[in-house]
Amino acid sequence: MATPKPRVKVPAKATKGEIVTIKTLISHEMESGQRKDKEGKVIPRKIINKFTCTFNGQPVFSCDMAPAISANPYLEFTAKVMESGTFVFTWLDDDGSTYTAENKITVS
Amino acid sequence: MNLTRRQALALSVGATTLAVLGVSTPRAWASAESTEKAIKEFTGGATPATGRITLDAPEIAENGNTVPISVSVESPMTADDYVESVTFLAEGNPNPAVATFHFTPLSGTATATTRIRLAKTQNVVAVAKMSNGSTFVDTKLVKVTIGGCGG
Repeated sequence: MATPKPRVKVPAKATKGEIVTIKTLISHEMESGQRKDKEGKVIPRKIINKFTCTFNGQPVFSCDMAPAISANPYLEFTAKVMESGTFVFTWLDDDGSTYTAENKITVS
Repeated sequence: MNLTRRQALALSVGATTLAVLGVSTPRAWASAESTEKAIKEFTGGATPATGRITLDAPEIAENGNTVPISVSVESPMTADDYVESVTFLAEGNPNPAVATFHFTPLSGTATATTRIRLAKTQNVVAVAKMSNGSTFVDTKLVKVTIGGCGG
């Protein structure tokens, strides 16, 4: 499978104290460990089990995921911004690899 | 035996259905009880109250592979009073756990959306835990046309 590609939508600008909506999507098949292949063998589980979002190092939102999350996990949540800074998004895979994305926001 | 085309087709369909049913092995599915247990684990034994939390899910989900669900909890989201986490449970899935959202005062609102898999028509439960320890629950019945667990 191709390397999961994260996509994040964060507004570029906001006013101080504004609550912004953040949308994230990552391409990942989220193999549930329930399916079987043609020979009837169970396909081993491989999902993204944790997502975190931080703003200037402070935790904003995180999510523990189970196999019941759809393929290409989509998450939408909000953040309150008081200053300009960087959002860091991290996805943690079952196999130990992490995928990250960064987005800057300018607060006026 | 002479078969008409129609009969032959009907037979082959029947045989395929039997074969499909035959190979599926029984699995331990989640149930209302195991969901109840998971709720208790999350709340630390307390029975969550209703209200303040709103779970938004479609009444009918055509494709159980991607069912959009969103949750919002009424809360001022200040440093002393905010929503700590919200967990989703699906009563009719192989495993009731779906996802747990963790909020912080920086989240601004306790609102989030994701897409989940549902194996069949079932209740989806969302439980919120506040920073002061109180818990709230909301349940929605989602009718699933095509299940989303494969196998």
